Amino acid sequence: MAFLDVSKLTKSYGSNTVVKGVSFGFDKGEFISLLGPSGCGKTTILRMIAGFETPSSGTVMVDGQDITSLKPNQRQLGMVFQAYALFPNLNVGDNIGFGLKIAGVPAEERRARVVDMLKLIGLPGFETRYPYEMSGGQQQRVALARAIAPRPRMLLLDEPLSALDAKIRVSLREEIRAIQRELGITTVFVTHDQEEALSISDRIVVMNAGNIEQLGAPHDIYNTPKTRFVATFVGQLNNLDVTVADPVARTVSLDGQIITVPNLPAGISANAAMVLTVRPEVLSVGQRPGNDVTLNGTVEDVTFLGSVIRIRVKLGHNVVSLDTFNDQRAAPPQRGEVITVTLAGKDLLVLAN
Amino acid sequence: MMIQAPASPAPPRRLSFEWLGVAPFIIFALMFLAFPTLYLLAGAFIGRDGQFTFDNIAALFTDQIIAAYWISIRISGASAILGAAIGLAMALAIIRGRLPAPLRAAVMTFSGVASNFAGVPLAFAFIATLGRLGLVTIILKTVFGLDIYRSGFNLLSFWGLTLTYLYFQIPLMVLIIAPAIDGLKKEWSEAAQILGATPWQFWRYIGLPILWPSVLGTLSLLFANAFGAIATAYGLTGSSLNIVPILLYAQIRGDALQNPGLGAALALGMVLITACANIIYLVISARSERWMK
Repeated sequence: MAFLDVSKLTKSYGSNTVVKGVSFGFDKGEFISLLGPSGCGKTTILRMIAGFETPSSGTVMVDGQDITSLKPNQRQLGMVFQAYALFPNLNVGDNIGFGLKIAGVPAEERRARVVDMLKLIGLPGFETRYPYEMSGGQQQRVALARAIAPRPRMLLLDEPLSALDAKIRVSLREEIRAIQRELGITTVFVTHDQEEALSISDRIVVMNAGNIEQLGAPHDIYNTPKTRFVATFVGQLNNLDVTVADPVARTVSLDGQIITVPNLPAGISANAAMVLTVRPEVLSVGQRPGNDVTLNGTVEDVTFLGSVIRIRVKLGHNVVSLDTFNDQRAAPPQRGEVITVTLAGKDLLVLAN
Repeated sequence: MMIQAPASPAPPRRLSFEWLGVAPFIIFALMFLAFPTLYLLAGAFIGRDGQFTFDNIAALFTDQIIAAYWISIRISGASAILGAAIGLAMALAIIRGRLPAPLRAAVMTFSGVASNFAGVPLAFAFIATLGRLGLVTIILKTVFGLDIYRSGFNLLSFWGLTLTYLYFQIPLMVLIIAPAIDGLKKEWSEAAQILGATPWQFWRYIGLPILWPSVLGTLSLLFANAFGAIATAYGLTGSSLNIVPILLYAQIRGDALQNPGLGAALALGMVLITACANIIYLVISARSERWMK
């Protein structure tokens, strides 16, 4: 049985159902992300796991125990909140030691654990600081230490990085992942940032409008999205309007340029209009081994992003965006230049709406 | 030959227009706070003959006046502490409790009205209800067989006056403490809960310590509010209960007792006691607010 087992979880507020019978199970030690746009129900699921919301129906099991009707203070979980929820009247040491104090851990042992925790989060010697004396990133690290100090069964992270600035966000998420690995603690992380979810998770639950769209490892979610929503929400995506040329030979016409699409579903009629999708990094400028589709287009725009150059290319009436690595020995293409774009036909996806 | 440009005249310094906006405050503060305080200070050291004297100050230390200060402090303290405790409990219940939302609006509106209901009308309202022949007194006696006056209650006493003061002290506490309670973040109580704390432990270690400076501040305000109240006390008890404002009033209203110098000394004593309350508040709140900078 899974360590965290969420079964047919539903939450309604009046006639508005925000979580619609969601089920998933995860193993001990996994790092799971609930990813989706705001209002998709991800935070509500986390809050039901924590016990701050009561499910309308369904169950939450942790380590074989049904915790659905337990109060938050009986669940032995740790949680880090979005806003800095450190207790402002307590110093860092007392904040981290709070859960231990409530649990009746003797002062001496508590102090030792606080020292360990501060070492773990890279803030040794901060015991007597107050939250107002620290930066946002430091406060969130203390919040993390406070959550894990009582050795909870599971760690819940409610968008803990979204209030921080970009640089700290990246370094702290790496730190969170390292600490999680070190402790082997099962972690549920809620985020609306796909890059965050992809980089940090063992598995991702992509949510939309109260339902699970797809559940899988980051590379599965990115490389083989099952729905259009997942494909567009996770990563960049190009849409190509094409018409079916020959259903038997699996060819389509992109404004007159014929492309073979191995993924073309059977039973589609000739001349039917359809949309193919393709990731920007699948497209190359010029030939590349393995690419069996060659298209001609004109450069519409070039965006220099440092190590990566994003080029927008007009292919008939479609515009695609593609990424190439910056080459210091060659100038990027110019606007209006006619270029050859190649790709592998198998990377063209036909997605369900 | 050098040609010197004529020095451009410095723009005339003008008082900024914004000062006009605060002018009424400044004028009022000077006329009705600063000048009268100085006048009191001077008056307290001037005898009937117009000469400098310590007699007025010395007169404060007679038994009657010390007793008056003491009962004033006790009534103000009791009504402030009870008002703060009851008001805090009420505000917590309507803001943090799971009560119907309209109740909050109703309590806040009532508090706005009641906190301003003082003076002779309030005194009359209490005499008409809890006086010896008051409506409530008579209903309790005839319907419930409870004679509150026989069991020791008297509206014209320490507890009678305290009870009357509570009528405006509690609502004032509710009004002033409500924003502070609103400022308690939901995440603090949730973080405490998920760390294993019961609601009581949250209030014991987090909620009340955070509210503490605001509660102290309001407590000192309630104390001053009761300490300076004259009309309610006078309307209720006439001169049967000698609290300082009534004694002071007797010195300056122009009958046989009149001694303006003693009046000034009494008032100076009140200023000092109120100032002490405020200083105690400032010291304690500065210590507990060090984390709120």
